[in-house]
Amino acid sequence: MNPARDSAKPDALLSVRDLSIRFGGLTAIASMTFDANAGEIVSLIGPNGAGKTSAFNAITGYLKPTSGDVRFKDRSLLGLSSNAIAARGVVRTFQKTSVFGGRTVLDNVLMGLHLRSRQTAISILLGLTSVAREERELTDEAIEMLAFVGLVPRAHELASALPYGEQRLLGVAIALAAKPSLLLLDEPVSGLNPAEKASFMGLIRRIRARAITIVLVEHDMRTVMGVSDRVVVLNQGRIICDGAPAEVQRNPEVIKAYLGEGFARAHH
Amino acid sequence: MTRWLPHLFVLFLASVPLWMTDNYILHILITTGIFIIAAMSLNLLLGYTGQLSLGHVAFFGIGAYASALLSLGFEAHIAPGLLVKVLPKPVWFAMLGGIASAAVCGYAIGKLAFRVRGAYFVIVSISFAEVVRLVALNWVELTQGPMALNNIPALKLGAAGLELSFLKKPMVYTLVLAVAVLSYVLIRRLVQSRAGRAMIALRENESLATSVGIDVTAYLVLATVVASAIAGAAGALYAHYVRIVDPDIFLFIYTVTMVIMVVTGGKGTLAGPIVGGVLFGLLPESLRAMAMPPEVQWIAYGVLMVLVVYFLPRGIVPAINERWGAGEATASPLRNLVVAAKARS
Repeated sequence: MNPARDSAKPDALLSVRDLSIRFGGLTAIASMTFDANAGEIVSLIGPNGAGKTSAFNAITGYLKPTSGDVRFKDRSLLGLSSNAIAARGVVRTFQKTSVFGGRTVLDNVLMGLHLRSRQTAISILLGLTSVAREERELTDEAIEMLAFVGLVPRAHELASALPYGEQRLLGVAIALAAKPSLLLLDEPVSGLNPAEKASFMGLIRRIRARAITIVLVEHDMRTVMGVSDRVVVLNQGRIICDGAPAEVQRNPEVIKAYLGEGFARAHH
Repeated sequence: MTRWLPHLFVLFLASVPLWMTDNYILHILITTGIFIIAAMSLNLLLGYTGQLSLGHVAFFGIGAYASALLSLGFEAHIAPGLLVKVLPKPVWFAMLGGIASAAVCGYAIGKLAFRVRGAYFVIVSISFAEVVRLVALNWVELTQGPMALNNIPALKLGAAGLELSFLKKPMVYTLVLAVAVLSYVLIRRLVQSRAGRAMIALRENESLATSVGIDVTAYLVLATVVASAIAGAAGALYAHYVRIVDPDIFLFIYTVTMVIMVVTGGKGTLAGPIVGGVLFGLLPESLRAMAMPPEVQWIAYGVLMVLVVYFLPRGIVPAINERWGAGEATASPLRNLVVAAKARS
């Protein structure tokens, strides 16, 4: 178990190296270093304010890091816009429920399929048959994606009218529609009931079965420990532990900083 | 049956010059039609991307001035010692020039202004319109300033002997209707495609849109270019119809009129600007026909506008769609595709 890994693994899909983010005098992240290997589910955990979402924002281009590097498939993502990073295959969901509320569920997934489309402005304005053909193909893909998350019966309902749990599923469907190699899930099960959480764990495993690497930020330890191959623990902007779930649960520093004695006793 | 209603509506409108002999009514329909075209273009920005362009009349005016100048020919110093002389061009070519000029300005403004959003974009767009108005007012050598560009030629197509002249109102009406239908078709194709979804995604949730790879700035610029070109076409039609253009074409009230048409009809719907345009384009003339005093006419106009906004805050077309369940969000082409896709799976 290494507090921080210094060198990138050759097979690392995502490699975060010495990433630091400072807001004026406040250090949100200090020299964060971790990898996510192809096919892994890696969880980032830690108390509120530990820097988990800041890390997601830096990886996906929503936040410019103060120093360090983020490499995906051995190419730096620094300086790229969020949409360019998504085009490279790194797609995220958001902590707060994030859907296109005023559109139908199907439209939401079609919007997520944007990168799959090859329509040009000229072909659209000329009304070429290739556009109509592609629209049919995209709709097929959107239906397939809705079937994957179990939302086909809701296809024509407004996204804002869905119950909370289904909005979270739709958020994942939108992200999956962008065909990511790496999916960053930001607190996907927060606010869900136990049955929904269990179902979501199954969904996370099925996503991984599609050869998609997952980095998960989550406070729900049952979910984290249930699905993760590896857990990275942050505290006050620093990585204090990086290892398998069982190792992390036994780590005294993690217990002290985040899990608490109660959790440790209950799981040993 | 509802599928054919728009086609029947267009056929009805196309038949108007065959039975309408009152030139005054045709004039009202022509000017209303031109403003509906401009309102449709504004709707692309306001309704679909969610960006309020309060300087939209600038593109209308640029289309009008550019088309008028190209058809009249001009000489102007664009820099010290640099005189540009343009001979008069055919009106069809001048109109295309007007459309292109508006589109180029839309591209430039789009690139500049979409680095800012919301209130800042509103300020940039208003400022642009005011700057263009001041240029038109003060660059007398080019625009004749407040004296206006006069004797702008009407559109003529074909050669001598087989010439189609758009000097008479029935022909102008038909031309305006054709441009309106073409504009509608182009906007519909755009908003029901990948590009339209990207624009709507920006309006709905910009962060989410970029997270799935949508280059929102590129699509905002595309929307501005198409909207500007269509507004420029409306301006060119206006210039060659009224045959005089002065800097008052850039007045803020014209943008406000377009906004009223879009908002009351239903922004973000294809039919909204048409419904709002017909209502608030024809209303002033209808009130005048009732021989009301001018102040009462404008009070009635304002009261109707307030009532529509109060009782139908999303506009007339969304209210109708809600009442009769024909929402554009799940409009028939997409629904048909989904039914077909489900059947295949």
